[in-house]
Amino acid sequence: MAHLTRRTADLLKPFSVALSSMRLLTTTSTTPITVETSLPFTGHKIDPPSRSVETTPQELMTFFRDMALMRRMEIAADSLYKAKLIRGFCHLYDGQEAVAVGMEAAITKKDCIITAYRDHCIFLGRGGTLLECFSELMGRKDGCSKGKGGSMHFYKKDSGFYGGHGIVGAQIPLGCGLAFAQKYSKDENVTFALYGDGAANQGQLFEALNMAALWDLPAILVCENNHYGMGTAEWRAAKSPAYYKRGDYVPGLKVDGMDVFAVKQACKFSKEHALKNGPIILEMDTYRYHGHSMSDPGSTYRTRDEISGVRQERDPIERIRKLVLSHDLATEKELKDIEKEVRKNVDEAIAQAKESPMPEPSELFTNVYVKGYGVESFGADRKELRAVLP
Amino acid sequence: MLRIAGNKLGARGFTSPFLKPAGLTLRSYSSSAKQMTVREALNSALDEEMSADHNVFLMGEEVGEYQGAYKVSKGLMQKFGPQRVVDTPITEAGFTGIGVGAAFYGLRPVVEFMTFNFAMQAMDHIINSAAKTNYMSSGNINVPIVFRGPNGAAAGVGAQHSQCYAAWYGSCPGLKVLVPYSSEDARGLLKAAIRDPDPVVFLENELLYGEAFPVSAEVFDSGFCIPIGKAKIEREGKHVTITSFSKMVGFSLKAAEILAKDGIDAEVINLRSIRPLDRTTINASVRKTNRLVTVEEGFPQHGVGAEICTSIVEDSFGYLDAPVERIAGADVPMPYAANLERMALPQVEDIVRAAKRACYRSLPAAATA
Repeated sequence: MAHLTRRTADLLKPFSVALSSMRLLTTTSTTPITVETSLPFTGHKIDPPSRSVETTPQELMTFFRDMALMRRMEIAADSLYKAKLIRGFCHLYDGQEAVAVGMEAAITKKDCIITAYRDHCIFLGRGGTLLECFSELMGRKDGCSKGKGGSMHFYKKDSGFYGGHGIVGAQIPLGCGLAFAQKYSKDENVTFALYGDGAANQGQLFEALNMAALWDLPAILVCENNHYGMGTAEWRAAKSPAYYKRGDYVPGLKVDGMDVFAVKQACKFSKEHALKNGPIILEMDTYRYHGHSMSDPGSTYRTRDEISGVRQERDPIERIRKLVLSHDLATEKELKDIEKEVRKNVDEAIAQAKESPMPEPSELFTNVYVKGYGVESFGADRKELRAVLP
Repeated sequence: MLRIAGNKLGARGFTSPFLKPAGLTLRSYSSSAKQMTVREALNSALDEEMSADHNVFLMGEEVGEYQGAYKVSKGLMQKFGPQRVVDTPITEAGFTGIGVGAAFYGLRPVVEFMTFNFAMQAMDHIINSAAKTNYMSSGNINVPIVFRGPNGAAAGVGAQHSQCYAAWYGSCPGLKVLVPYSSEDARGLLKAAIRDPDPVVFLENELLYGEAFPVSAEVFDSGFCIPIGKAKIEREGKHVTITSFSKMVGFSLKAAEILAKDGIDAEVINLRSIRPLDRTTINASVRKTNRLVTVEEGFPQHGVGAEICTSIVEDSFGYLDAPVERIAGADVPMPYAANLERMALPQVEDIVRAAKRACYRSLPAAATA
């Protein structure tokens, strides 16, 4: 039985740092393990990759921890919203963690990711901190957008995360634009443009896909199909809900989005494809436990049995737990300890975020432009409140 | 006699000490004033900015092989290649989004709309993806993009091809909106727009492309830029201020000549920039003349003139000696028939009449019951 020791000091460091310094002191920590994805991939105009995925004990443990952290963050956000500390929109990602984590495992920070408004966990995966997340959600100055963006507008350009977009479907042409720029700059990197089953019917998707295919852009369109566009089930919105086939002349792959290894394999495969052959579509078959947003109970258009069924059969974290246990990489208690520790990190981040002040009133007028030329801007009563834009 | 080696443009008495940009053809037959069409101005500006910065590229319908729907991008694809002069399919929402995404990454796209009427299909990307991103990201992601193309009425193109969008774009924080009139404006403002780190909406006018203007020698310099947000006083005057932009500047100048014969000395302001709006210059002018006529081609309600009028009321109310007069396009979709089209757009006589009213030289028009 492999015993694991961890330096507790690491656990108090920001998420990404703690991860990299966590070492498994087993002799098998980087010994490859081969895992089979839960389902085979289905290809559209392409030969799908193999179901066998290489991983290591270290990676398995990282997956467990990362997803547990994302899960806990989203659940904590739920409570904060109900406590009215988060206002406006809050779209939660719990259930879909495998997509965020599997994708990161296959790519680098030089690859770009762009998504819609269900962006908290993608931001975390790109290297954002819990403090930046919770502060932004509560509209405080330590937020990743200094409190001026909110839940739907997280960004981290230095790690290749381009948002955080509120208009359904807009992120897809934007993502193809990122890919255009990567190709233009000869960067040998790719862009993953994430969208939901609701956005999959948007016209601008097909406009952008046409150009991406025409110009061989290194763009990977990833449909996170959680089967509901807000309250509308996929079969009520799409004549053809086989989203991986909707690219027609663009190849596609259907992936079990609740299986982090399937996601990792598909993303790795797509990156290689996109760099050589242009765009490809990935359909991640996934599920969100929460409703569309915090104002949606999520039960008027689907049954509680369906939700609990998915949780029992397909939960991404439970899958990893089973794998870790079956490979003897950790005990049940050790896994529970990781979850406790994650919960503690989240609670500490929330406490710290609550201490973060709201932005200064002068921030109302900052960042309207990069270069304001000394022009005037006005508040509601311009005789009372005006500012010069630097 | 000194001969400039390589000067193939024929005998000229005047030799410019400034470097001439490649690709610019000059029609200059006299030594005293160089002429440049607006089209040449835009073409040379694009050419130079693309030469100076590899990140600048042009995309739009027919910009490449067709040489530009209005020949503004003539020769550019031959010079820079299809990677940098990109012909797009007729999908404004898609290619505008792609342009904005490229700007997120750090390129400097110039997105051409064949007319701004078609840009309505891309409005979400111009406003929500481009204009607001620097603010929402608190400066993490800026969008150095230029959206350019013909705006407003052409001739006989009907209701769906004739709208002026200056007021719509001008109301959006996060955008800069420029409205060149002369060749000097076109060249200097386009260069400034391309160099600007923020999204710029650059509203040209199809009917001005072929018009030639005299330009001073400094306009030819590859570094020639006009500051964004500053209006230009095209004609100084004492009795009434006329604000205008784009094609209406020419009409206002003609109106000023006619008014001069009646002893009214009009000051004509070329706004050059709708956003930022140069309220300082406009207010200073009205404080001098005490009378104001605003002129624009677009629809009157919630138009540019309405904003200028309010600015005067807010900041210079005591200086007004007459109500502000507003000349704008007719409050109807643009008709096709030539006589109706003429009625739907401001004419020189409309500007003259309004200026006279502002100077109490004519009876006020009968109010509708």
